[in-house]
Amino acid sequence: MYPASFEYVAPATLEEALETLGRYEDDAKVLAGGQSLIPLMKLRLAAPRVVVDINRLPGLDTLATENGGLRIGALVRHKACEKSDLLGGRWGTLGAAAPLISDPIIRNLGTVCGSLAHADPQGDWGSALLAMDAEVVARGPDGTRTIPLRELFEGPFVTSLAPTEIITEVRVPDPGPSAGGTYLKLERKVGDFATVGVAVHLAMADGRVGRAGIALTAVGPTNLRATAAEEALAGSELTDEVILEAAEMAAHAAHPYSDTRGSADYKRKVVQVFTERGLRSVATSLGAPVQAGPQGPVTNEASLEATRRQDYFSGEDTLAGVLEELEEKPGGPDGGAR
Amino acid sequence: MKVSVVVNGQERSAEVEARLLLVHFLREKLRLTGTHVGCDTTSCGACTVLLDGTPVKSCTMFAVQADGREVTTVEGLAAAGTLSPIQEGFKEEHGLQCGFCTPGMLLASKALLEENPDPSEEEIRWALSGNLCRCTGYQNIVNAVQWTARKLQSDSATTGAS
Amino acid sequence: MTEEHTAERWLGRSVKRKEDDRFLQGRGNYVDDINLPGMLYMSVLRSPVAHARINSIDTSAAEALPGVVAVVTGELLAQHNLAWMPTLSGDTQAVLATDKVRMQGQEVACVVAEDPYVAHDALELIEVDYDPLPVVITPQQSLEPGAPVIRDDKEDKQDNRVYHWEAGDKEATDRAFEQADRVVSFDTFYPRCHPAPMETCGCVADVNPVTGKITIYMTSQAPHAHRTVFALVTGLPEHQIQIISPDLGGGFGNKVPVYPGYVVATAASLLIGRPVKWIEDRTGNLISTGFARDFYMNGELALNNDGKMLGLRVKMLSDQGYAYADAQPSKLRAGLFHIVTGSYDIPAAHVVTDGAYTNKAPGGVAYRCSFRVTEASFFIERLVQTAAYELGVDPVELRRKNFIQPEQFPYTSATGFVYDSGDYERALDKALEMLGYEDLKAEQAKARDEGKLLGIGVATFTEVVGAGPSKDYDILGLKMFDSAELRVHPTGKAILKIGVQTQGQGHETTFAQIVANELGIPPSDILVQHGDTDNTPYGLGTYASRSTPTAGAATAMVSRKLRDKARELAAHLLEVAPEDLEWAGDRFQVRGAPDRQTTIQEAAFAAYTNHPQGMEAGLEGVTYYDPPNMTYPFGAYAVAVEVDRGTGQWKVKRMVAVDDCGVRINPMIVEGQIMGGLTEGFAMAAMELITFDELGNCIGSNFSDYLIPTSWETPKFELGETTTPSPHHPIGAKGVGESATVGSPAAFVNAVVDALAHAGVRELQMPIGPDKVWQALVEAGLAE
Repeated sequence: MYPASFEYVAPATLEEALETLGRYEDDAKVLAGGQSLIPLMKLRLAAPRVVVDINRLPGLDTLATENGGLRIGALVRHKACEKSDLLGGRWGTLGAAAPLISDPIIRNLGTVCGSLAHADPQGDWGSALLAMDAEVVARGPDGTRTIPLRELFEGPFVTSLAPTEIITEVRVPDPGPSAGGTYLKLERKVGDFATVGVAVHLAMADGRVGRAGIALTAVGPTNLRATAAEEALAGSELTDEVILEAAEMAAHAAHPYSDTRGSADYKRKVVQVFTERGLRSVATSLGAPVQAGPQGPVTNEASLEATRRQDYFSGEDTLAGVLEELEEKPGGPDGGAR
Repeated sequence: MKVSVVVNGQERSAEVEARLLLVHFLREKLRLTGTHVGCDTTSCGACTVLLDGTPVKSCTMFAVQADGREVTTVEGLAAAGTLSPIQEGFKEEHGLQCGFCTPGMLLASKALLEENPDPSEEEIRWALSGNLCRCTGYQNIVNAVQWTARKLQSDSATTGAS
Repeated sequence: MTEEHTAERWLGRSVKRKEDDRFLQGRGNYVDDINLPGMLYMSVLRSPVAHARINSIDTSAAEALPGVVAVVTGELLAQHNLAWMPTLSGDTQAVLATDKVRMQGQEVACVVAEDPYVAHDALELIEVDYDPLPVVITPQQSLEPGAPVIRDDKEDKQDNRVYHWEAGDKEATDRAFEQADRVVSFDTFYPRCHPAPMETCGCVADVNPVTGKITIYMTSQAPHAHRTVFALVTGLPEHQIQIISPDLGGGFGNKVPVYPGYVVATAASLLIGRPVKWIEDRTGNLISTGFARDFYMNGELALNNDGKMLGLRVKMLSDQGYAYADAQPSKLRAGLFHIVTGSYDIPAAHVVTDGAYTNKAPGGVAYRCSFRVTEASFFIERLVQTAAYELGVDPVELRRKNFIQPEQFPYTSATGFVYDSGDYERALDKALEMLGYEDLKAEQAKARDEGKLLGIGVATFTEVVGAGPSKDYDILGLKMFDSAELRVHPTGKAILKIGVQTQGQGHETTFAQIVANELGIPPSDILVQHGDTDNTPYGLGTYASRSTPTAGAATAMVSRKLRDKARELAAHLLEVAPEDLEWAGDRFQVRGAPDRQTTIQEAAFAAYTNHPQGMEAGLEGVTYYDPPNMTYPFGAYAVAVEVDRGTGQWKVKRMVAVDDCGVRINPMIVEGQIMGGLTEGFAMAAMELITFDELGNCIGSNFSDYLIPTSWETPKFELGETTTPSPHHPIGAKGVGESATVGSPAAFVNAVVDALAHAGVRELQMPIGPDKVWQALVEAGLAE
């Protein structure tokens, strides 16, 4: 309840922040939302000598698309994502994950990038963004570099970031017009860490799966990509058989351990069930001829809220909508009457 | 470090250690003891205050982070001896018993109503899911928020205010 | 013209609460809000290991830290004979460890400093050398021959047994079992959980070196009893000790025991000469303070083929932690567990209870359990449900067939309880009607065909509260009467002082209503005072739903005493004989001439200005009420759930709760108590758990691991009522604070089991996490 002493700096520029980190390295921690760092400090599981508060840095709160891709700046709070109209449709995986992070008050301060830097294998953003093949932009003493998420997470609470680097934003590539996704989380109560989470993202191309992203929460040393399942889906038509197979493969990709939340077998099973349900939802919205599938009484509870506010699978991103769009393009079936 | 925060409309300053949690700043330095501490893992929300109008858990912020910003605590909801609509709503609908979680509930509810003047039961339960209560079972708290929503709407209808 | 006077009615009325204003404005006065000049802050160093010898404790670095005033260890306390203290069950518990630590989280040293941050910095500087010992985690382990002896501090203690206690008639029960057509057995474990009120425990101990006055602001549900215990333990004179329980942020039984922190803070204040504040953090609260349950129950029900119950046998093994520290009546080693025949007319029963020490926190009687009635009620309701499945009959019908019938009251149970009143079938029928039971059963069958799993669970419980009659009930020898002192001022306002201690139950309103009902003084004119031992009559406090049955009765009785005197005063004013007056709710009227009247306010004024010669002035009295019996609230709860065959998650679709607590003083407050209790019942069924790994590490010592439901998980409740007054209570009220926590866990568990019962599932271990349901689904061939 009472953190150890530390020195506090609240720089006004990114350069100042980097300079401080450069000076103190491992002895310094970046404070953005603080909703992961401060609890650790209160339990004295973390006791940095210096805390660098980046909340005054300008230009880090972008939540917008740019050239088709999505940018989420370091100071974008979970709540901004939950409320944003932007994160439906093709960005549906993210829009579904946002309301499920922790609890509504923590979401007011906690940040997406902070969550990634924290690299908790039970963290939700890691999976949602992995599924969408995101990368972070990191600024350090030697300049700027991008790190794909699959290279960012190295182990529980361990990233490939140097202690002198700050994530300034996460970038999500444009999945194309016919894409959608969702995120399912089994938590024992709001605010509990995930027992299991599954992020599903599908980007269609010519009526088949172009790229599939399936990423798993709380079933491994980091957020995990179910790459075999993704590869099986890529290039396939979305059918019941394909979905069932992918779900089974996703379960095999999980490496859970047994604990008070459940046995490893149980968690693997939930991965399978959630992958199947997630794929069915997304596939149905994209116009694929699959069964809607059972939803269960306690579905993605939180998404009740989110589904009313956002459309994960907005009209323009359905197969029909895309065909309509294609017809109007120059060189399309209509010959492009422009 | 010197920290200066506008608390309930008044500028308050003090010399504090960087590690002083905002909740301790409010309770101990300013003697505003309406904000409570109920846990040590940021789980319970008894410490909820409004930071520039947004609910935050004041046990998971340092006072220095609030420098130059505005904080509203439960004491700031109404002049002493009077009750604001949300406080009235909790009284009317028996939305409190021991009162310990109540300040946090009031502030989270107030923020909800500002964003959503006519919330459904589900929306209320969702918005308050960061505030734990052991006494009430939440049902009367939902009723209290809805009572307040109706009152605010009828008040603004009568006065013609929007 | 005679005018009919109708006074306002004050019972059965949902008066808004008088205490709300200060809580709503953030002006409650909880222990942590108290700030005294010169106050110091205390932190506690807790043992990281569950069982170990202490070789040495080095506090020198901690003492040297600037801002630290003192570091207290067991060694220092031992010099003042304070290293050990008595528990409320007559055992001893360490204040600070001396020879050994016997649980993870045990208090080893305390730092007193100028600032709480420094007090916690200093904890890291204390070095303790532990020699780990083998750990005993379950009572079964601890009772095995050769198990490490935990309480080797006790001379001649060779094992880990705590108590053995029996109730009922073994021979009669054995005969019943011999004669029975069917015997259904059932084993279950009620896991360790915790009351976890939102406010943790704490105190500000202020020993004034000049006057010798000892003021302890304390989170105490029983201030007077605590004061007496303090006096006995410390040798400090009782009249100099004032215990003040200001506002309490919930109790639920967690604030009944005496904790080491209180004793050390007081000793520190005495030694240092300044006030010392100790507020425990949530981890301290969950890992070391009075937990609840941790009870293994095995039993058998003997029935005939037609479903008539003939006999009940129950064996119970309770995990007491490292000290027997239950807060319960001293003659009843297992509390009121022997109420286990519940709502049923079972002619013969035999209950055998045993308690054992383990390397865990002491306690066991807490969390709205009514002295272990939660365990008993859970057991019988789960056993009856199981019996129904075994016999192939509807669980509701089996209950109905065996209910104690209204004409059987007062009913003496096979274990010696005398139930005051009840009408179980009426409550059950109402609950089933509200639920739409028959329709729901049809829906369940249809859903099953469609591959969906619905479950319906019912629990019909009888509680026993209101401890208790002095011939049977005492805690550490203190009889369990309670008290009320009432004074009406000249201007007709009043002050009521009571011996019980609210922690959110609304006594400032409900007790004023009791007075108002007797005297017609409106509740807004009545100040209710409690929690200050210098300014209230002696009482045993609030827990086990005893306030309304005991202090509530005392309040009604003292009000009547004052009304009798007011009658004399009115007679004097009206110049008639007292028997010529009729009481009209808030005034006396002359029989036959009602416009000749004296209001209660006028009578009060006369008590100070115009009392008859020979009568004492004033209008004041005190009653110490010794209840003639316990009271027996009851109810019928019904829950409908749906189970997800893929993930094992379950969701409550409907929850109907019909309660009968006799006369309801304030229906709004009663319903609030019930909804709070139902939520706790749901929480225990679904998610609350304190458990330990094989090294004795406590899992569940913070709110990240110990799960309290939020508004999102908590179901909606549909409440109903029936009213069967208590014939022996002055206002017919029975008390209700714990009914819902007692009765509802079985309803929830019965519902989830019912969803799978058609495939042979009979038991799911609480807390029923989705993983456990899934495991059962897989084994039953029902998984998606």
